[in-house]
Amino acid sequence: MIITTLGATVKRAAKRFLSSLPALFGVLVFTFLLMRVLPGDPAVFFASGPNAGKAEIELIRKQMGLDKPVPQQLVYYLYDLGRGNLGNSIMTGQSVTKDLRDRLPASLELTFSALLIALVFAIPLGVLAALRPGSLIDHGIRLFCALGVCVPTFVSGLLLIYVFYYLLGIAPDPTGRIDIFTSLPPSRTGFLLVDFLLAGDVSGWWGAFKQLILPAVTMALFVIAPLARITRASMLVSLGSDFVRTARSVGLSWWRIVVTYALRNAILPVITIAGIVFSTMLGANVLVEKVFSWPGVASYALDALLSSDYAPVQGFVLLMASIFVIVNLVIDVLYGIADPRVSVG
Amino acid sequence: MTGPLLRIEDLHVSFSTRRGMVEAVRGVTLSVDEGEVLGLVGESGSGKSVTGFATTRLLDAAGRITAGRIVFRGQDITRIPSGDFRHLKGAAMSMIFQNPRAALNPIRAIGQQLADAILTHRRISKDEARAASLDLLRAVQIRNPEQRMTAFPHELSGGMCQRVMIAIAISCNPALLIADEPTTGLDVTTQKVVMDLLAAIAAERGMATILITHDLGLAARYCRRVVVMEKGRLVEEAEPVELFHAPKHPYSKRLVAASPTVSSRVEDLVPEEERGPFLAARLVPKSAPAPGTPLLLDIKSLTKRYDDGPAAIADFSMTMAAGESVGLVGESGSGKTTTSRMICRLIDPTEGEILFDGYSIGHVPARDFHRSPFRKDIQIVFQDPNESLNPRFNGFNCIAHPLLRLGKMKPGAALTKRVRECAERVGLPPDLLERFPHQLSGGQKARVGIARAIACRPRLLVLDEPTAALDVSVQAVVLQLLDRLRREDNLAFLFVSHDLNVVRMMCDRTIVLRNGGIVEEGESRAMFENPKTDYTRELVEAVPHIRRAPALAVT
Repeated sequence: MIITTLGATVKRAAKRFLSSLPALFGVLVFTFLLMRVLPGDPAVFFASGPNAGKAEIELIRKQMGLDKPVPQQLVYYLYDLGRGNLGNSIMTGQSVTKDLRDRLPASLELTFSALLIALVFAIPLGVLAALRPGSLIDHGIRLFCALGVCVPTFVSGLLLIYVFYYLLGIAPDPTGRIDIFTSLPPSRTGFLLVDFLLAGDVSGWWGAFKQLILPAVTMALFVIAPLARITRASMLVSLGSDFVRTARSVGLSWWRIVVTYALRNAILPVITIAGIVFSTMLGANVLVEKVFSWPGVASYALDALLSSDYAPVQGFVLLMASIFVIVNLVIDVLYGIADPRVSVG
Repeated sequence: MTGPLLRIEDLHVSFSTRRGMVEAVRGVTLSVDEGEVLGLVGESGSGKSVTGFATTRLLDAAGRITAGRIVFRGQDITRIPSGDFRHLKGAAMSMIFQNPRAALNPIRAIGQQLADAILTHRRISKDEARAASLDLLRAVQIRNPEQRMTAFPHELSGGMCQRVMIAIAISCNPALLIADEPTTGLDVTTQKVVMDLLAAIAAERGMATILITHDLGLAARYCRRVVVMEKGRLVEEAEPVELFHAPKHPYSKRLVAASPTVSSRVEDLVPEEERGPFLAARLVPKSAPAPGTPLLLDIKSLTKRYDDGPAAIADFSMTMAAGESVGLVGESGSGKTTTSRMICRLIDPTEGEILFDGYSIGHVPARDFHRSPFRKDIQIVFQDPNESLNPRFNGFNCIAHPLLRLGKMKPGAALTKRVRECAERVGLPPDLLERFPHQLSGGQKARVGIARAIACRPRLLVLDEPTAALDVSVQAVVLQLLDRLRREDNLAFLFVSHDLNVVRMMCDRTIVLRNGGIVEEGESRAMFENPKTDYTRELVEAVPHIRRAPALAVT
């Protein structure tokens, strides 16, 4: 029974994955064309200096293949892509694949931590608000959420730095993932918190944790609101539903009614929203990465965009689109496990 | 123990709404003895369910008991702190609800839900609870109980879900069970099985039962005593036979008259003194069709298949003459709605032919049919008057819409006149035309729906359970209205319903469907009096009738 359910879920996930491939391809082509349309000439940008002559610029353009017609460039690009080559970044001089691989774990670690923090706060807050709708608690939570959304992340980030680093001196200086004097653990997962644990380096872990906590909280503050609101709304529906009334009619305990019956049903839409929030955070956290000098993919892509460095931007968009697809798949599978009705429908 | 098991004294319940306090129950006094089955009947808004919820303390946050006492086993339970009351729930009194599938947790296996209920009141191990759950599933006659333990509610039929609900309710042997419309929404044969089971379990365990229902026939069949409620008050209390043969209170009289029975005619549905306008219309003679006129509707071996599944309806053939009324009955899944939708040309048939007035209309794609000249000849009245009216259209616009689209009328005096005419014919006061659906009662919405359907003077009206969502007294008036319209306009009716008594009254001929095929067809009265197939007989016998002695002793 359980096996058949799981099988159906996997099948459905595979179907979804296949149906998302055309969209992925569309994103690819669209980004490629968009980069060509945007103003700015990379050849000029990367010429030796402001005084570079026309001939030199032409030469660079030829080296970069930009003298060919756009469709031909696209074909070359797709051909390289098929061989797993995302091109080279002019800015860093390295291949885009390597750059992204170096920087993605930093972004992922930050986003995961932020999402975790957001969920840990948002779900209890949403439940509390739903249990006493219209009460002082409900209004207080609403105010908190509104503030979290209204204050831009670079403001709340700077505010947190001001309070915890400058005034209180608890937090380390907001420069990157780790203190420059700490030696890095052997990279296994790329997630510093995990790598330090695997290496058994507790003080290193603590250092990385202290670096991580402020940017993560900054990001979490921004997304607590949607998560808490969804939790509250679906919890209200759940608490007013017939099956909760049944649970009350047989005298189940308060905890069992609220958690086992109401919350487990209410959490289903929260899973979906959490997936969307995760994908959004990963791409949109460029401000947080900038404020905290976090070596993530978003700030990398922004720098590349500003210097008309095509390959990293294209690579970044492709990466984001792929992650979006993967996250949706994971959400699908999670949903299938959490809700037995899905696999049938 | 002395005295009744439950005594409700002068109970008042109020709800705080946006428009202030509304009294839902205004002074109800009743009592239930140990092991007794009491029927609590009334229409929507009568306060019957609220009385039940007040007793088990399941009122919404907005509802409060404002006065009165509820004495259970000699103890006033309105004064018990809720923490102590929790131990009474399930153990001493429990409740089952309308819409059983929604009443079960959709993402928890039913075995776990049963175990939850058992473990709340008994200190036993998980394995013992599992064994007890299995016993309960056997007690409610669920086949393959071991496999069903891990099933989820969506994998069970409505009747099965209600059995599981009963199993949960009786899990701790309560002394009192309150059943709130336990079989509303279930098929008539399922209803009988579930109610028989409930009655048997109650009798076997000596459990007192309060059966809350809008269906007088159901109360008559299963209760020894019936109380009638109207607008939060108790208007009559009697034994069923006495109540149904000689109701004393005017409201009970109206209710009893409005409930269709084996022998009732459409004109019987309202008490004699209120029949005036209806009888006046009866005198219109029905003109015989001229010879040589084609049949209004001629359907030849119609089949519909959804996505390669089994046919929802297969090889369905029928004919209808102008002005004739034909009933289409069957249980859920029999294909009656699919058939009616195909005839209305809202969905496309997979195979077969539909001839309307001699012209083939079956091949016109459903999405283009609105351009066909026959669109205005075939109109439909939908099941749920709440869902089938555009919430942004007021009554006038609802009725005017088909006139503008199909009748090619332009906004102006003529349109206004025609809309008012339609409203008048369905008995809708003109000042209600300005109102939006949410400002109208169920009966008024049904009238708007009918007025909209007859606005373009159709020749065939397809009625898809037109009164299923209405109270019996409203249903009575709507049925009379429909019957009058039919005779006045020589309309043909295709009447889709699960209610055999209604079909018997309204239709000349009836077709019985089951699993996508015709089981039996024939002249309505003769067929129901003397069914030829077992299935039709089973259907007819499952309908609870008022003029029969309670069957409790039989089970």
